[in-house]
Amino acid sequence: MSLSKEDVQRVSLLARLKLSDDELTTMTEQLGQIVSYIDKLSELDTEGVKPMAHALDLTNALVDDEPHESLPREKALQNAPRSDDECFRVPAVLGE
Amino acid sequence: MTNPPYDVIIGLEVHVQLRTNTKLFCRCSTEFGNPPNTQTCPVCLGLPGALPVMNRKAYELSVKTALALNCNIPNFTKWDRKQYYYPDLPKGYQISQFDLPMSENGYLAISSPDGEFEDKNVGIIRAHLEEDAGKSMHDEAQGLADTRIDLNRTGTPLLEIVSEPDMRSAEEARAYLQELRLLLTYLDVSDCNMQEGSLRVDANVNLHVHTETDEKIATPIVEVKNMNSFRAVERALHYEVKRQYEIWQETGNRIGDVPKQTRGWDDNAQLTRAQREKEESSDYRYFPDPDLVPVTITNEQVEAFQQQIPELPAALREKLVDEFSLTPYTADVIVNQGPEVVAYFQSLAEHTGDAKQSGNWVQGEVLRVLKEEDWELSEFPISAEGLADLLKAIQQGELNNSRGKEVFSEMLSAGTSAADAMAALGIEKVDDSALEDLCREIVMANPKVISDVQSGNEKAVGALIGQAKQKNPNVNPGQVRQICLDIINAL
Amino acid sequence: MIDLSATSLLAKLQSGEVSSEEVTAAFLDRINAVESRVGAFLKVNSESAMQAAQAVDKKRRSGAPLGKLAGIPIAVKDILCTEGEATTCGSRMLEHYVPPYNATVVEHLLASDAIVIGRTNMDEFAMGSSTENSAYKPTSNPWDLERIPGGSSGGAAACLAAAMAPLSIGTDTGGSIRQPAALCGVVGLKPTYGRVSRFGLVAFASSLDQVGPMATTVEDTALLLETIAGHDRRDSTSAKIDVPQYTASVNSPLENLTIGVVPSHYQDGLDTEIESAVKEAIRVYESLGARIKEIEMPHAQYGIATYYFIAPFEASGNLARYDGAHYGYRTDQQTMLDELSEEANQTDGAGESPLVRMYRKSRSEGFGSEVQRRVMLGTYALSEGYYDAYYLKALKVRRLIRADYDSAFDQVDCILGPVTASPAFRRGEKTNDPLAMYLEDLYTVNANLAGVAGISLPCGLTSENLPIGLHLQAAPFQEEKLLKVANMYQSATDWHTRRPEIQ
Repeated sequence: MSLSKEDVQRVSLLARLKLSDDELTTMTEQLGQIVSYIDKLSELDTEGVKPMAHALDLTNALVDDEPHESLPREKALQNAPRSDDECFRVPAVLGE
Repeated sequence: MTNPPYDVIIGLEVHVQLRTNTKLFCRCSTEFGNPPNTQTCPVCLGLPGALPVMNRKAYELSVKTALALNCNIPNFTKWDRKQYYYPDLPKGYQISQFDLPMSENGYLAISSPDGEFEDKNVGIIRAHLEEDAGKSMHDEAQGLADTRIDLNRTGTPLLEIVSEPDMRSAEEARAYLQELRLLLTYLDVSDCNMQEGSLRVDANVNLHVHTETDEKIATPIVEVKNMNSFRAVERALHYEVKRQYEIWQETGNRIGDVPKQTRGWDDNAQLTRAQREKEESSDYRYFPDPDLVPVTITNEQVEAFQQQIPELPAALREKLVDEFSLTPYTADVIVNQGPEVVAYFQSLAEHTGDAKQSGNWVQGEVLRVLKEEDWELSEFPISAEGLADLLKAIQQGELNNSRGKEVFSEMLSAGTSAADAMAALGIEKVDDSALEDLCREIVMANPKVISDVQSGNEKAVGALIGQAKQKNPNVNPGQVRQICLDIINAL
Repeated sequence: MIDLSATSLLAKLQSGEVSSEEVTAAFLDRINAVESRVGAFLKVNSESAMQAAQAVDKKRRSGAPLGKLAGIPIAVKDILCTEGEATTCGSRMLEHYVPPYNATVVEHLLASDAIVIGRTNMDEFAMGSSTENSAYKPTSNPWDLERIPGGSSGGAAACLAAAMAPLSIGTDTGGSIRQPAALCGVVGLKPTYGRVSRFGLVAFASSLDQVGPMATTVEDTALLLETIAGHDRRDSTSAKIDVPQYTASVNSPLENLTIGVVPSHYQDGLDTEIESAVKEAIRVYESLGARIKEIEMPHAQYGIATYYFIAPFEASGNLARYDGAHYGYRTDQQTMLDELSEEANQTDGAGESPLVRMYRKSRSEGFGSEVQRRVMLGTYALSEGYYDAYYLKALKVRRLIRADYDSAFDQVDCILGPVTASPAFRRGEKTNDPLAMYLEDLYTVNANLAGVAGISLPCGLTSENLPIGLHLQAAPFQEEKLLKVANMYQSATDWHTRRPEIQ
């Protein structure tokens, strides 16, 4: 499994990261090394093994439909990088 | 008109907001219409460290709905993260269901009483639970190129119902949506308010074009969004079918030749427009949410939910035809009004003992008034028993149908019982001997009628009925006719 | 006073021999004296700790009921949300982030009347094994200030080793409590997954993360675990299993103890001094009457590979929320817009939307390189086409690793082995070799993948006077057994009493 710079470029958009050209080169190299190491899993036969997504076999953690108090709005907005009295503000969703 | 040289293929994805008090994964209220960002907490704000906890009621409502849609309920279901970035999605992923939804493989029967299409079952691929996103508002007014975000709706439980591409016309699509909304109303699982966004529809549309060699060629699938009413859905689909056929004739593009397109319906312009493509092809990187645990359900629990499901529209329509002898049309009209109107009708029929008369009155008078006044049935002032009294008086000949409608209006405006309304209109039962005296007087004053009747023309007695009504408007025409005939025959 | 265990300090507080104010002042003095050299804390609560200590003393004088840790200072890793206090996770991204709520563990600590003395340094978002990935500063190993304290709970371990606090809270996703505990010569326990609530613990890899106690003695570790463990309905993955009174049983030895040793632990790469220290520990247990049994863990060698799929998968999702939209760092908006319009002039076309550019710049400026590497790795491995080959494969191997543990615990009470392959390394030694850094977790990750309990305790010093850790692991929810077995060793040895002299 080899990773190209283009792969890493594509993944960086998917991950919403912006890498400089140098960073892209280093990242490609490092990810390549890591992936070729961890790809050693492919040597194992796992036919018929059930995937284990959770460390504990719990089910049905359901709670009743009873409202709690919400945060006061100033607390909800207190960490916003940009907001007005009512809403979070972000740069335009759509481009020019 | 000749058939168009193509089949229309429509599949619908409907998002239904479930009627819960609280959100799917936190206990913030789901109430609509509150000031922005007043219904949030660390969980639905996606704050670091906050964890989702599943709402039991939301799961139960979704199971009930899925069962009513004839779906299979698997014994095991789980929650997955659907990952994409958008500012109305504070966690950077939506908790949804990917490969093991809580229900699958159902169907919804649709029919058209006026024969627009043949009865059919529209397949349901799956129905799954997911959380809603917040609201983005584009703020150009203030001259800032900013988008404002309100997260009140973030995390509200949605049931996404995905149909098979089984619909062959905009009319079928509309019928499917109406029947689905009706079903949800009977189940009382959603308020189905499209304006408030509690029912949202996206359509996947394409054509199968017939060639001269009798092949069918599938055209590219287009997803249509932004349809805010059933009428809009119908119009958007009509528009889209026409547009796609034109594009086909122009380009000859088949499915797979171009990427799937998303178009938005512009209700003002009455057309669809291509929506801006995302920066990269959608790659949601689904994986099981490690913060939530799976839900399991036994067959016995599924059976118990099945028992809780009320009589549903399709079964009720049959019942009203089979057991109440209504015409399929009347049954359809009544059932489509919702469970309250059906209950009203059933109660009325029981009290009057005449289902046909009851059906006609509900369909005619009651529904007319509800519509005129824009009332819910709960606002309608005449109880089923109260109306039954009027209908029984009509049955017993105390008044005819058209006088009955006057009494009905009086009952509505004055808020009185049938008896009081009749009294107020001066309708009272005429004493038997008084009626006999009245008839004898009229017969004797009309020798021509006597001789006509005696020579075999019983119809001649009709002239006497009008005279009797002039003298006393409360007389029963049928009675007058019979008494007059008896008097003449006894002469 | 600062050399006393929390258990001894509690006894002195209860007898009235000392006040919490005196205890807290003593630790704050020690912080003043050595913190500038160690750098264990991101924030020291000098004033609020003293106020809290006075309040507990007052409460004690009034005869009101007191919590389990009344008056004892404790350090909290800067990854547990604390209402009204910046919780940074060692990241620029959260430099000014102030949570509006408390983590469940923090609530437990407050309810126990503990005195939160400060917030400890860590690798950014708990990703790292040396605390060099903190965006703020490195932390030094008190045994050798040129060396790293381990990570990611490096500050949490170093503050104990330097006697700046008697108790400390860490978190462990692949070894982040046990490895720094080993390298700093203190005790650290990673509880069974589900034993301690994760609510308010800023997630790195949700199915692996656990909060755990760190201390200088096993007894103190038992005390702290008892305080923070238990079911929490706000955490769906928390277990509804009663919490035993660990302190009540920790001093009774386990009868008929069988200890498992894994021959493959002593193969390639294990430092010889560590190997002899661990083998010496085995002899100690033998002398205490334990039976030693060799067991096989055939899939253990795949642990790191499995972990470096699963943890980045989950991390790439968990860290998606840091995008500059609702909280945390956002790139300078004007600079970004200028940049975009300049690009548009050059390319004469529509580029990225301002929103997407804001996301990308905020994240790349707010996250350090290790975090970006793992986010990239997780995103790549989950991206279209790799789900079966990577994600499902890793989860299947995880099951095999768990099965190894299950069959081991059918035969033995505990598995004993080294915590790390080598003692604390020098700062900067592995910064340019991420893979070498990842292999630091070789002996610890499997406990996280399998969800079992593990503890690290001091079992020796190298010739360079660097601590060596002993790793004991027990079956899920067998912390009581684990603590008893660990305490048997500690009662028979004195490694845990050794303290560094801080140069």
